Amino acid sequence: MTLYDQLPALVVAVLLFTAPIAYMLRMHGFPWAAATAAVVTSFIVACSLAATAIGGETIIYEMGGWPAPYGIVLHIDALSALMAMLITGASSAALIFGAKSLADEVGEETAPAFFAAWLLCTAGLVGMVITGDAFNIFVFMEISSLSTYVLISAGPDRRALISTYRYIVMGTVGATFYLIGVGFLYMVTGTLNTADLGARVGQVEDIRLVLVAAGFVSVGLAVKAAVFPLHSWMPNAYTFAPNAVTVFIAAASTKVSLYVLIRVDYAIFQNSIANHEVQLTLFLVPLGVMALFAGSLLAIYEKNLKRLLAYSSVSQIGYIALGIAMTSVAGLTGAIVHMFNHGLIKGGMFMAVACLALRYRTVNVANLAGAGKAMPWTMAAFVMGGLGLIGVPLTPGFISKWYLVLAALEKGWLGALLVAVILISSLLAVIYVWKVIEVAYFREPRANAVPVTEEAPMVMLIPTWIVVLTGIWFALDTSVSVGLASIAAKTLLGVAL
Amino acid sequence: MIFSESDTIYYALTIPLLGALGIALAGRWPNIRETVTLTTAVAVAIVVWSLIPTLQAGGRPELHFGEMLPGLEIAFKVEPLGMLFGALASGLWIVNSVYSIGYMRGNNEKNQTRFYICFAIAISAAIGVAFSANLLTLFIFYEVLTISTYPLVAHKGDEATVRSARVYMGILLGTSIGLFLPAMIWTYSVAGTLSFTPGGILEGKIAEPLVGILLLLFAFGIGKAALMPIHRWLPAAMVAPTPVSALLHAVAVVKAGVFTITKVFVYIFGIDFLFNQPSHRIIVWVACFTIVVSSFIALRQTNLKRLLAYSTIGQLSYVVLAASILKPLSEVGASMHMMAHAFGKITLFFAAGAIYVASKKTEITDMLGIGRRMPWTMAAFSIGALSMIGVPPTGGFISKWYILGGAIQDDNYLALATLVASTLLNAAYFLPFIFAAFLYKEDVKPVNEHGEAPWPMVAALTFTALLTFAFFIFHQPIADLEAQILVK
Repeated sequence: MTLYDQLPALVVAVLLFTAPIAYMLRMHGFPWAAATAAVVTSFIVACSLAATAIGGETIIYEMGGWPAPYGIVLHIDALSALMAMLITGASSAALIFGAKSLADEVGEETAPAFFAAWLLCTAGLVGMVITGDAFNIFVFMEISSLSTYVLISAGPDRRALISTYRYIVMGTVGATFYLIGVGFLYMVTGTLNTADLGARVGQVEDIRLVLVAAGFVSVGLAVKAAVFPLHSWMPNAYTFAPNAVTVFIAAASTKVSLYVLIRVDYAIFQNSIANHEVQLTLFLVPLGVMALFAGSLLAIYEKNLKRLLAYSSVSQIGYIALGIAMTSVAGLTGAIVHMFNHGLIKGGMFMAVACLALRYRTVNVANLAGAGKAMPWTMAAFVMGGLGLIGVPLTPGFISKWYLVLAALEKGWLGALLVAVILISSLLAVIYVWKVIEVAYFREPRANAVPVTEEAPMVMLIPTWIVVLTGIWFALDTSVSVGLASIAAKTLLGVAL
Repeated sequence: MIFSESDTIYYALTIPLLGALGIALAGRWPNIRETVTLTTAVAVAIVVWSLIPTLQAGGRPELHFGEMLPGLEIAFKVEPLGMLFGALASGLWIVNSVYSIGYMRGNNEKNQTRFYICFAIAISAAIGVAFSANLLTLFIFYEVLTISTYPLVAHKGDEATVRSARVYMGILLGTSIGLFLPAMIWTYSVAGTLSFTPGGILEGKIAEPLVGILLLLFAFGIGKAALMPIHRWLPAAMVAPTPVSALLHAVAVVKAGVFTITKVFVYIFGIDFLFNQPSHRIIVWVACFTIVVSSFIALRQTNLKRLLAYSTIGQLSYVVLAASILKPLSEVGASMHMMAHAFGKITLFFAAGAIYVASKKTEITDMLGIGRRMPWTMAAFSIGALSMIGVPPTGGFISKWYILGGAIQDDNYLALATLVASTLLNAAYFLPFIFAAFLYKEDVKPVNEHGEAPWPMVAALTFTALLTFAFFIFHQPIADLEAQILVK
């Protein structure tokens, strides 16, 4: 076997093995450098996997040479590859961007542990999306969750600890629910391999236990994915985490739980439970609609910029939930592409917020008056992200919205109602984005405020703008993002490519 | 020609953007900055106009940028309607720039660099709208136009201005995302394409009553056409400096709205298909309602710029009415009226701005006898007003002639009656003011003894007033060109 054949394992292994090394490097700057090198390597590997997956090919890698369903396999199709790219990309961007801000916020002493946790977190998330084993997903979920708690609690504000605690409680409940569901499935089928589960669940005669399992899994994942009203852990976790951590987890972590939700519901339950799409619709459409409205309204009334963006994420997750619930190629394509696009948009926006936080020492919207003039490049990046949330053309958000509306229109009159909901929530996004823009561009700073005259340093601006420009790229050339997403959607729904 | 035609389209779109960059770099030296603006404007106009002979010969230059979504391209294709709008926007940008320089300096406005940058971006967006080969490309530039004009409307930056600018932005962005976007996606899902195709793409794909719903989504979603009740943004935008008002009312923004509506009728629905659908009458009613009601509101205005804003709302509905009559003559009339109205309205706004710069007056009631102090300005204003009313020998007469012709072809008495009523109402709100300006004695002493405004402004408004006459005399080639849009 050549190294090339080992790529699927490498994408996680690099991260896992570098974690202890990063922990042992006690010299200044070294843990960061090791982590960055590992994450970037993993990103490159993920890109090469995506290049294979875009041809419609699924890579099956047998761990230790044990064939499925006895051994654990890595199962990398278009969906996994797209997610792996998003996760490792977001992790690399956040690390490179955070070189300076993390050095500020995380002490020299805790740095080795912090960056080791960062690597474990990335490894856990990537592991979840590439494994083809339902229990293995749980293992990786725990690796990523435990390390995320460490990352968030490293925030400079003491309230970070309480936020972490709330996240631990909610996160554990979610993960346990998932585990209970998987346990039930194992009970009735005797297998944990997702592909095998998909084939066997349909043969189970007493469907009740399967339904209970589906319920536990879906609710558990909804908690982890911060689907409204199970989102309560998220806003504070985003707000009090170190800025670079927020960039990373906002871009990637909730998306991974949504990925598992898609995987489990479509690959296992869709073909084996009668009327599953009705159940999925009844479960996710109301939650999605509520999320759109509640998230946007909370964002409109929020004063803290980081929390405002967190609430905006709640509403954006509503879009993804709606897309998943439509059980059609267009809907699922929209949902998947929006996971990717929203990751890009929010990542870029939180980077801009981190730049603002560095100079203004606060992220209260009211205190950012005059930022448009003092920090033109930072604010321009923020505006680009905001336009993406609204879904203005030339931003990646437009692409996702296009598919979601297209999918809703296929559903007749009820769909027309959903179109209205989607578009009204876009308009609510205009309000909360514009609220920030107006303060930053058109309001004079208060007389007693410490004047900010300096733009953010280049080491932060350049990564921010790379992310913003990548977003514009994916708004114009959608062959990779929509390409992978539509292959994924068709594969999941069993439609010919 | 030196360049290929698709290169020409490319340059028409990018030169204004390069201009914007140049303006940003030259921001510290006002004279160089203004030179950049003027040079760019002239260059763009030359490039855009160089396409006219090709169009007259029946050519349709194209430029493809590649797929954005599977089956949906970013692409440009120049056809007569877009040519007219592109030529109009690029040509008037030159005049508007000359005027802007006079106005902005005469008024000592701040943030002039931002002003010129946004202006250049808006022009690029307008040309993008004009030359789009499909609805998606058009939509993209339509949104860019909205966003790039927001800083222009909010230019003054005080609380009241920002509030008005928010109304402007909110209504335009809201209608486009809330109504125009779903209409477009709906069209795509039934027709499988969004390309502008002679004869339309929807024939046989959609039936009543859905046609009516789609039509309403388009008509109100294209908020820049200011059909009532989506017209509130236009009076709100009056807080902008006058050159911006001229940009909004004559050069780019509202023209982009009625242009898009005409284009959707002709190339998406197809006029023959739409004519056989009873629901197109709804648009006729809405347009007639808007024409009459806006004229009555205009009658009651005392602020000159607000009066002009309501006049624009009525005049835009002329175009929408002409387009929705769906007869060959009226479709040509729709495009002719875009042009005629542009020349007339830009003159009126230039005059209003000149009066403000010279005398700081904004209310009609304070302007008695102002024609004696500013004879050139008020003469130009009168010509513009006559064109609005539709009196020969001004351009407004020509376009009204075509629209009336279309209405008679269709035996559309509602449209005929509305046009007659509107002519009378237009006369009723313009003529008394003009008489008072020339014949009455000044009753409000101005803050300082003033004559005409700075010369670039006077030159610009005299020039546009002459254009109104020129359009009356030389309209035939334009009408011939526009008649091509009806060829399938």
